[in-house]
Amino acid sequence: MEIEELKKIASQTRRDIVRMVHAVQSGHPGGSLGCTEFFVALYHKILRYKTDFTMDGIGEDLFFLSNGHISPVWYSVLARAGFFEVKELATFRKIDSRLQGHPATAEHIEGVRVASGSLGQGLSVAVGAAQAKKLNQDSHLVYVLMGDGEQQEGQIWEAAMYAAHHKVDNLIATIDLNGQQIDGSTEKVMSLQNLAAKWKAFGWNVLEMNGNDIEEVIKTLILAKSLTGREQPIVIMMKTEMGFGVDFMMGSHHWHGIAPNDEQLAQALAQLPETLGDY
Amino acid sequence: MKKYTVLGKQDTRSGFGAGLLELGRTNPNVVGLCADLTGSLKMDAFQKEFPERFFQVGIAEANMIGLAAGMTIGGKIPFTGTFANFSTGRVYDQIRQSVAYSNKNVKICASHAGLTLGEDGATHQILEDLGLMKMLPNFTVINPCDYNQTKAATLAIADHVGPVYLRFGRPKVPIFIPEDQKFEIGKALLLNEGNDVSIFATGHLVWQAIVAGEILATQGINAEIINIHTIKPIDNEAVINSVRKTGCAVSAEEHQINGGLGDSIAQVLARNCPAPLEYIGVNDSFGESGVPEQLMEKYGLSASHIVEAVKKVLARKAKSPKSGY
Repeated sequence: MEIEELKKIASQTRRDIVRMVHAVQSGHPGGSLGCTEFFVALYHKILRYKTDFTMDGIGEDLFFLSNGHISPVWYSVLARAGFFEVKELATFRKIDSRLQGHPATAEHIEGVRVASGSLGQGLSVAVGAAQAKKLNQDSHLVYVLMGDGEQQEGQIWEAAMYAAHHKVDNLIATIDLNGQQIDGSTEKVMSLQNLAAKWKAFGWNVLEMNGNDIEEVIKTLILAKSLTGREQPIVIMMKTEMGFGVDFMMGSHHWHGIAPNDEQLAQALAQLPETLGDY
Repeated sequence: MKKYTVLGKQDTRSGFGAGLLELGRTNPNVVGLCADLTGSLKMDAFQKEFPERFFQVGIAEANMIGLAAGMTIGGKIPFTGTFANFSTGRVYDQIRQSVAYSNKNVKICASHAGLTLGEDGATHQILEDLGLMKMLPNFTVINPCDYNQTKAATLAIADHVGPVYLRFGRPKVPIFIPEDQKFEIGKALLLNEGNDVSIFATGHLVWQAIVAGEILATQGINAEIINIHTIKPIDNEAVINSVRKTGCAVSAEEHQINGGLGDSIAQVLARNCPAPLEYIGVNDSFGESGVPEQLMEKYGLSASHIVEAVKKVLARKAKSPKSGY
């Protein structure tokens, strides 16, 4: 798929995100918009997956979202990649929906393999799934996305220590470095200091990329794949801008977890061409 | 009173270790994870025979729960092992989200539960674990009573699809359940038929209930003794049928009275056949260092306490307008 095509999908995904969050006046648009290029690149260029969903995921790549609050971007990308019907996006966060506020397995939504939302748990699950793949002699890879505020959770570092010790080298983790969390910038709330150096010191192979440049995302993920199987887990420091693609949502933590009003929605949609048809 | 022969003395954790080793030989999907307590959990035999299926996690229990949840994706059946305290309270949110809510086929195996941990004291003597775990939707909660039952339970939970909490302990206690006794999850085990009172006991307190039953028999009191090894789902039918016959009950467990087996029994009775119930358990306090037998005596968990509780509940039954259910 050409880069121009991917950019069109990204634009439509951003429309989906703001429309979903606006419709229920709740949800997390900021991080979702910031990670749009990553999700589009991952599902359309990198992951080897089956849309005929099985929980076991044997014989395919797996993706886990640890910072589950950015569910809107995941749901949109899953739907538009064919996991479920696009019209189901209209049920996001509503009663009897399979699209829970934070991703869950109880309603059997295709593409989701573990609940997430309570932060810090996804890396452990991904490492466990990666080790199961090795036991099964399944050469497919496991991917996981975490937030930067989430790096403040202790469990992340338990899993980081474990994965390096056990040479879990079929795993590619990515950290969304948007520098924002609910109470303000990560710098102000709880400084992460030199995060890349910390991961290096824990024994990981550390890469960096601009998460809002889709060509760079693809290039870096391909590079990461080429570095698997070398007795070292891989983590990508992904710099993004929270709210990317909607000018008034960028540059602060304000849009982490609030919904646009009618006027703001119109303003946002005016910046995001409808490329694949709204749900 | 039916006569129970002590077939020897052994710790229930060794029953778990023996069961896990057998599972290793019979079920290639079974994997073991342990947080730096391999010897204490008796997982060393499994580790030695199946090193590629054993994962040393280090002192990082939260990670262990997440790893186990992840390993189920790919069809593995993970058995996690650490002390009961670190298997539950320490990692409750990890269990709640990654295992219970996600309905993963993880077996959380917990040793050194309760006061009988002994000298290490209250930091390690968890008395709240059954309550914590039975509250979680999707969970099955099992607390076997001796070596043979723990081994049988370990084998049984591998065949059960869904999250399980298996609780066992450290001290050597009498073995009295026959080796070939079938273990059915959710099915109470009738140990002695009686008409005067129902004693519902779990874990280490089952043997104490048998000893109490023998004492009561010499005093002309005929106790029905039922082993509730599965705390959740509770065997409603067994509880209701017994209490409809006896008209009163005593619960016995090495756990807080608040939130334990007794509370589950009370709920069954309140809904179906209200009757006087007395609780044997720890009464809203922490434990302390000591020899297990001393602790069981001091905190009111011995056979003599069960005898007293039976007498109290019989007196209440005699006064109760609903006596003679």
